Amino acid sequence: MKSDTNKQTTHLFSQRFSRNKVMELSITGILRFFTYLVIVLAGYLFLDITYNGSKAVFTKEAPFVNFQFLTEKPQTLHVFEPADIDTQLKSAKAEILTKSIKRRALSNSNYEAAEAFTLAIKDLNKEVKELDDLRKERRLMFSDTEYRALATTPSTKDFVYSTYAYSGGGIGPAIIGTILLVFGSILIALTLGVLCAVYLSEYSKPGKVLQSIRLSILNLSGVPSIVFGLFGFGLFVLYLDWGVSLMAGWFTLALMALPVIITASEESMRAIPKGFREGSLALGASKWTCIRTNVLPYAMPGILTSSIMGIARVAGETAPIMFTAAFALRDRLPWEGLENSTDFFFQGVMALPYHIYVVSSKIPQNEYTQNMQYGTAFVFLLIVGLFALSSIILRVKVRKKYDW
Amino acid sequence: MNVNFDIQGKQAEPSKPPKPVIKTKNLDFAYGDSQALFNISMDIFKKEVTAFIGPSGCGKSTLLRCFNRMNDLIDIAQIKSGSIRISDIDIYNKDVDVIELRKHVGMVFQKSNPFPKSIYENIAYGMRIQGVKNRSELDETVESSLRGAALWDEVKDRLNKSALGLSGGQQQRLCIARALAVKPKIILMDEPCSALDPVATAKVEELIHKLKKHYTIVVVTHNMQQAARVSDRTAFFYLGRLVEYETTEQIFMNPKNSKTEAYVSGRFG
Repeated sequence: MKSDTNKQTTHLFSQRFSRNKVMELSITGILRFFTYLVIVLAGYLFLDITYNGSKAVFTKEAPFVNFQFLTEKPQTLHVFEPADIDTQLKSAKAEILTKSIKRRALSNSNYEAAEAFTLAIKDLNKEVKELDDLRKERRLMFSDTEYRALATTPSTKDFVYSTYAYSGGGIGPAIIGTILLVFGSILIALTLGVLCAVYLSEYSKPGKVLQSIRLSILNLSGVPSIVFGLFGFGLFVLYLDWGVSLMAGWFTLALMALPVIITASEESMRAIPKGFREGSLALGASKWTCIRTNVLPYAMPGILTSSIMGIARVAGETAPIMFTAAFALRDRLPWEGLENSTDFFFQGVMALPYHIYVVSSKIPQNEYTQNMQYGTAFVFLLIVGLFALSSIILRVKVRKKYDW
Repeated sequence: MNVNFDIQGKQAEPSKPPKPVIKTKNLDFAYGDSQALFNISMDIFKKEVTAFIGPSGCGKSTLLRCFNRMNDLIDIAQIKSGSIRISDIDIYNKDVDVIELRKHVGMVFQKSNPFPKSIYENIAYGMRIQGVKNRSELDETVESSLRGAALWDEVKDRLNKSALGLSGGQQQRLCIARALAVKPKIILMDEPCSALDPVATAKVEELIHKLKKHYTIVVVTHNMQQAARVSDRTAFFYLGRLVEYETTEQIFMNPKNSKTEAYVSGRFG
């Protein structure tokens, strides 16, 4: 009743149709569609890595975490496929191939015969799938250490034997290497970046020189990462003769993160109210005292957050460490077999991004390497996420401490 | 008229002739190309409250900030000619340590600017940056400064709470206490009450009255009633020039200059 009356009576402000409204609605729809598209794509990416990666990292039985994968060194994977099923599979696949070729030849002239082939192929596909499941059930896979520990190797009569590099074992050294790289470069980049930012925002006189310095720092962030990698290779690895080492990697990564850190630090310091500085200077503080006690502490949360984010971003790059710090494979952990303590800084390490690159590019991708690739990507994602999370927690904590 | 002036002048003058502590002579001051102060000459007397009044942009804050060289922070600001002498020392001389000067000449700002630290740490800040670590000395100074700023009774139970939790008026008095803690002789106040409500303003004015016994105070204010209430002498500035500088009674009751008269009676500004 009520709605009826509403429909009939039109008043001054009642709804009416207009082209603007249609436009408005469709624009909203388009914007929403693209936003959701981006979210769906990103979500798919993350879910895919998480789903496939967690197969490598987590196990079905307690303790639910595959410590072997997280701690062991990468090893060659030894695969023994059951020979009888393998031959059956091969013949079935060959048959599918021949049948589908025949079908294609017939498809235009004899429709019924082609249909028969289609059905046969369908059956064969089912058979292949069953055989494949059986194969996965009966196949044997060993990492290098396991393989060597075997009392008797499976006979090659019953099994088809193949090996895949880097696909067995775990990614322990790569995790450790990445963490080392990130922490070292954070330390270097923060020190350099904050010092530069303090000078630029507090001491330098505004003018053309300062402007060009700012501009060149900004431009630095546009330099491709591979150029940084080559620069680091030229300067640190070759000229300074540090070799492929942690040090070279740290400095290369730090240099790459510097623009972000300097810009963010300057921004954070500029956000500190003028009153803090004036108040402090009016009490007889020197400039540095004022900065140390009344600017830096309050700018620190902002500096830390954006810096750690910047570093985490940079640490994900493969190119800068490819020539400077990363080894494709290193079976010793960084603290193993050091002759003297400085050796620690001058050794190459494995790193997750480079490991992903190596596993993905240097050997053909197949079902045996997939586990390692997804697992590495997943762990890497987790580590970068942890860094981001820790930076946020740090900021919240420091903020609370200063109550501002 | 003349008789009236004589009587008022006598009332305002203390029996002893006042001693000038800040002597400004022929001061020309510029921000880059635009000159902000023209040929200012004035003496500010010891243990008196001097008020600077004038419309916005007339240079009163600029002059105030010259007294403790806060204008040094602005790159383009420079003194073109003239001098400022505090206790007979030219403070723009090369051998003057700005830090020592600022310890001697404290400042309270328009917007109360407590640091985001505890009340205690705010007051102790000035001592700490001078390297005082002795806890009892710090405690003593904090208490005496807070008492000096008439804030002790209100905050003594929450010295370790953040200073940002105080009300606007309390924050401003905290800033005054913070300035007192470094034991200055002169206190500059740049519109200390412009952001405060009438009750808080009254408290700060009361405080200024009290502080007069021990300190020389210069107050910049937009509020003419305030100048009349708190100050002994008033200087009227207009367009970067010192128009009239006399005892407060003189300025408000019997100004010599027609512009001063127009301003204090509220006809422009």
